[in-house]
Amino acid sequence: MTTLLNNRYAILAALAVVIAVLPFTFPSNYYLRVASLVWVSAFAAIGLNVLMGKAGQVSLGHAAFFGIGAYSAAIGPAHLGLPSWASLAIGACISGLLAYFVGRPILRLKGHYLAIATLGFGVLIALVITTESRWTGGPDGMPVAKLTVFGWRIGTAYAWYWLSAAFLLVGAWIALNLDDTPTGRAFLALHDSEVAARVVGIDVAALKLRAFVIAAVYASIAGSLLAMMNGFVNPDLAGFQHSVELVTMVVLGGLGSIVGSIVGAAVLVVLPQALTVFQEYENLMLGFIIIVSMVFMRDGIVPMISKLIARAR
Amino acid sequence: MKIHNLNQLNRRAVGCLLGISVFGLAVCGPAYAAETIKIGSVLSITGPASFLGDPEDRTLKLYVDKINAAGGVAGKKIELVVYDDGGDANKARTFATRLIEDDKVVAMVGGSTTGTTMAMIPAFEEAKVPFISLAGAIEVVDPVRKYVFKTPHTDKMACEKIFENLKQRSFTKVAMISGTDGFGASMRAQCLKVAGDYGIQIVAEETYGPRDTDMTAQLTKIKGTAGVQAVVNPGFGQGPAIVTRNYAQLGMSGTPLYQSHGVASKSFIELAGPAADGVRLPAAALLVGDKLPDSDPQKKVVVEYKQAYEASAKQPVSTFGGHAYDGLFILVDAIKGANSADSGKVRDEIEKTKGFVGTGGIVTMSPTDHLGLDLSAFRMLEIKGGDWTLIQPGS
Repeated sequence: MTTLLNNRYAILAALAVVIAVLPFTFPSNYYLRVASLVWVSAFAAIGLNVLMGKAGQVSLGHAAFFGIGAYSAAIGPAHLGLPSWASLAIGACISGLLAYFVGRPILRLKGHYLAIATLGFGVLIALVITTESRWTGGPDGMPVAKLTVFGWRIGTAYAWYWLSAAFLLVGAWIALNLDDTPTGRAFLALHDSEVAARVVGIDVAALKLRAFVIAAVYASIAGSLLAMMNGFVNPDLAGFQHSVELVTMVVLGGLGSIVGSIVGAAVLVVLPQALTVFQEYENLMLGFIIIVSMVFMRDGIVPMISKLIARAR
Repeated sequence: MKIHNLNQLNRRAVGCLLGISVFGLAVCGPAYAAETIKIGSVLSITGPASFLGDPEDRTLKLYVDKINAAGGVAGKKIELVVYDDGGDANKARTFATRLIEDDKVVAMVGGSTTGTTMAMIPAFEEAKVPFISLAGAIEVVDPVRKYVFKTPHTDKMACEKIFENLKQRSFTKVAMISGTDGFGASMRAQCLKVAGDYGIQIVAEETYGPRDTDMTAQLTKIKGTAGVQAVVNPGFGQGPAIVTRNYAQLGMSGTPLYQSHGVASKSFIELAGPAADGVRLPAAALLVGDKLPDSDPQKKVVVEYKQAYEASAKQPVSTFGGHAYDGLFILVDAIKGANSADSGKVRDEIEKTKGFVGTGGIVTMSPTDHLGLDLSAFRMLEIKGGDWTLIQPGS
């Protein structure tokens, strides 16, 4: 099990098996929708994990990129007559470029200052989306055209399940491969000690920027996918609360663990659905469970489980 | 020993997590065979829009119980499935899928805010399940969508009602201060659109954020604008109460202040205090039920609803719960009319609703009108001595 959690081919194979088997256990399409939501959120969380877990930087405004992606998918077809998939790509480019230019000054900051700067950036983007109602439909949001690929309209819950799962597999594969590249190793050095990394000749500023851009592109693509899946966007997607949710997914699942991001996303998406049976106590239970798991699983769910298994041997 | 303890706790925590998710999902699993008619609802019972969702939730539960106690609809009991979206549109969208796919509801009465409603519309349109929304903005039913209806008056109607009253008082130069939240922004746009029809000129325009705590600066600017004869404040929540307080503090009470139907609840009067005196607003007959003349066709309905609601919920009635009452009974009448629980047939019957007397007005729908209310559904009220009063037409 521990080796499984460390071997990237094993992880990908296990993920693919889970994805392939899950639909057969679902009694209705509603479960497909929840699973698709998990895959999309996990996709964004994996990107954020590259920034937080690997490069060791905080972003409290990450939903901004999610929102840019979502609104690209909405505005492209509605106002500019672009096909949906092109809007997704353009959104990812805009997010990447924005992250590059905003990241240059912001990432010079450290710790709390970085957290505040990213927070401010996130609020700013959410504000722009809310006020530019001519383009974005304002606080109530706007409808999104359905995705068509080669004339085939992707609308059913099944289609979205497989599409979001495919994106997740590719996203996870890229993120897992990162570990064995010079960039990935430099990330680890940066994560352990910024000073030491600089001493051994790593361009720390450029490296942080790279992580920020990667995370932004992941979030943007996830945002576009969710927008097209829902058929509707609103500014909540870019809001602070969503930023916090994304960070929670990463931290709860386990910083630096790609599987952790998927597990974290699954917990945060599935729990509120499962807890509705408790009616008004729902939020109380949700908060309690998250606090308990953070207190007793400080490293996050997945690293803790692999540690427990290692210890049991 | 210590580590051993921690381990145990960890295992328990994991077990608890898994247990709850598995158990929870199992409980909300597939539906039992339908000897009941399932009606779904997604409401913002908690969160920033809870002042809408909470009375809606209480109203639906209260009247479904009453209907079932009286033998149900078409010989079958109603089963109500309610989910709380907390005001989050994405959550609402997932619950919409859950109602359709998992609970297999016949129809849905819900959607507290325009944001959550708009997010859920694609799901219901695609599944061909009728959806009676409780949200305010006109975009819910304009353009008309085959399966989407709504009960609350639109913001456009509120603007028209206010401007109609301004015209009767021969005011033409008006200032507007609006909230930048969904409700305020949508109503502002509608007011700007229809102002010309009533010969109204908007001479000054200001906005405030939904969490602002002081609007003195914006109001001072309006005060300094020459020739302002009246001020209109599209917005809901606490914003309008602050505007009303600041308005009195700045000594602007000589210029009439118009609020929207968005503040039509007793809590607005409480928040604004004595400053609310003299404020006018368009609102449903429900707020002034006991003051309506006996000849008014709505009197019986609104007085009965008010009594039933206040007896059960132990809190003053608000128009928002009234929207849920209207939605539920339009649906129940449609199910009776169709004598079937088939979503398609129920939809056709909802569209044929004619002369339905609700708390919001008299509803007559058509294929081109999925709201079915006209301006007479709104009453122009004035706040006097901490209570609503009906103003005489033409004054």
